[in-house]
Amino acid sequence: MQKFSTLKSIPAYLPIVNIDTDMIIPKQFLKTIKRTGLGKNLFFEMRYDDKGKEINEFVLNKTPFNKSKILIAGKNFGCGSSREHAPWALLDFGITCVISSSFADIFHNNCFKNGILPIILNDDKIKELSEYANRKEEIFVDLNEEKVIYGNNEVRFKVDPFKKQCLLEGLDDIALSLNKSKKIESFEKDLKSQKPWIFND
Amino acid sequence: MPNTLYDKIWNDHLVDQQADGTALLFVDRHLVHEVTSPQAFEGLRNSNRKVRHPKLTLAVADHNVPTTDRSKGISDKESKIQVDTLEANCKEFGIKLFGMGDKRQGIVHIIGPEQGFTQPGTVIVCGDSHTATHGAFGSLAFGIGTSEVEHVLATQTLVQKKAKNFRINVEGKLPLGVTSKDVILQIIGKIGTAGGTGCVIEYAGDLIRSLSVEQRMTICNMTIEGGARAGLIAPDEKIFKYLEGKPMSPKGKNWENALGYWRNLKSDDGAKFDKEVNLKAEEILPMITWGTSPQDVITIDGKIPNPQNEKNEDKKNSLERALNYMGLKPNMAAKDIKIDKVFIGSCTNGRIEDLREAAKILKDKKIASHVHAMVVPGSGLVKEQAEQEGLDKIFVNSGFEWREPGCSMCLAMNADKLKPEERCASTSNRNFEGRQGRGGRTHLVSPGMAAAAAISGSLDDVRKYQN
Ligand code: SF4
Repeated sequence: MQKFSTLKSIPAYLPIVNIDTDMIIPKQFLKTIKRTGLGKNLFFEMRYDDKGKEINEFVLNKTPFNKSKILIAGKNFGCGSSREHAPWALLDFGITCVISSSFADIFHNNCFKNGILPIILNDDKIKELSEYANRKEEIFVDLNEEKVIYGNNEVRFKVDPFKKQCLLEGLDDIALSLNKSKKIESFEKDLKSQKPWIFND
Repeated sequence: MPNTLYDKIWNDHLVDQQADGTALLFVDRHLVHEVTSPQAFEGLRNSNRKVRHPKLTLAVADHNVPTTDRSKGISDKESKIQVDTLEANCKEFGIKLFGMGDKRQGIVHIIGPEQGFTQPGTVIVCGDSHTATHGAFGSLAFGIGTSEVEHVLATQTLVQKKAKNFRINVEGKLPLGVTSKDVILQIIGKIGTAGGTGCVIEYAGDLIRSLSVEQRMTICNMTIEGGARAGLIAPDEKIFKYLEGKPMSPKGKNWENALGYWRNLKSDDGAKFDKEVNLKAEEILPMITWGTSPQDVITIDGKIPNPQNEKNEDKKNSLERALNYMGLKPNMAAKDIKIDKVFIGSCTNGRIEDLREAAKILKDKKIASHVHAMVVPGSGLVKEQAEQEGLDKIFVNSGFEWREPGCSMCLAMNADKLKPEERCASTSNRNFEGRQGRGGRTHLVSPGMAAAAAISGSLDDVRKYQN
């Protein structure tokens, strides 16, 4: 996984609430067996018309937002289907940080597994930051310090310490868990004696 | 200290607990389908890892499979690759798979309970948000992403943080014609799609206890639409009876021991819930969704909301956006909404009781001539059972199409989809923009309400057709 430490970008602002993962990447693109290549289909239905032509007014089709690494959006971002294709599509497009006043659980989790930082800020701060999108000015995200710096201001955010460490170091979850295989084995041993039906033998 | 049911299952599955609250949880049951697993298996291969417990994993293809004649295989090339990939992966890693020709094939959340793979007190995961369905058995069941699928395959555990305890009590009796689908739609309308975020919901109260196993599944299924991580219901004798003798249920002495353990699976008196909501069953009416979020609910007697009455600017905008997408006018009566299609199926309402409920309404009636309607049974076994009961004939005689099992028009990944601006009364769980096909308009309803809509040609009150 790619490491995440700091990020500087003009943010793109999508002022829609309840953006679901069907909107982020519709189902016709879930037929892939790869993780990459989904960026061109990110927000497909909002981004392209019926003939497949880019809709100019859509924010991610406009310069400089087509290069944005930070997306600011309305609350309850990433609700609906658990598809990890949603963060894969964001990542493939180049977005590695999403800022919203709330995220759906599974999506939130999926971000961290892919080197994307989801930041939760209150609605007032979202409004302030969205001004930077409107003015096409850069903002700066510092994961280590847990703050977003914009102009002469800054706002702090909170990240789960374990997830933060994984992001900062680009750690592979599975390797970390396999380091605990002694504990898993001993759990399994107890389980076999206490609830043998679980293993169906 | 008194514990909730969720606390108990959580504690019983803790492999490791870090000081920061991050926990490693043992996973007893892992369901796998073709859409969210290929990248996970590829990850295993790339890092030379094995599946730790192939026997605790069960796979099925459901999202992409055609629901019409399957003898010629899958014509869509990409769908075929995905289904074939699942088959190859299961073979390589030694996982049991119900292939497309197997009569046990069906929607992943329907086959788990049917086979007795789903059991009380277990932790069940699947790369699919509607895994919450299995909570009806008193298991902690939730959806995960593909990276997590890989993690579970490799370690049989999952990294988790404990969620909050949320209890929803429904007391009383449901009025005639009102079903568990209406109950969950009402709940989502009340708490909102983010109302359960960060929580595990336990459904309790005498109404919940009075529900059949399948009705409970409908409620737990849509918990995810309320934003919660999982929904569960304390298991009781109905659940044990349902599971007894199922192919993968415990047998003999194991069954006795399991029963002993299962009977203690309930929240203790005085257990602390972080949040509680109470509903009266008598006040719940047949519901429909009018918008593009499952929280956009009204009763069938209701009217489409008017954005002008909304003071909050954001809410007003999203109302307008939804009305515009749905092609509806403010203040319009729900019953005046004319429909083009009816879909009965999905992991929410594709089980035998759902089909019986719809068939009861459709018996000796014809659907409106402009309506195209289909039934997609949730699994091969549901289909077989329905055919034994003659339900297929009732559906076909009324004008419905009788299909092969799968997810079908719930998400329209196969050939079953809405055309732009087509309007559908659907027993599925999501009415998002484009969910059932680009530009398609979805109204979520119960199976009985879907049948009533098919007959009337407009959304209608199922109570009208109740004998
Ligand atoms: S029926 Fe619909 S909601 Fe259920 S698993 Fe299939 S696609 Fe998902």
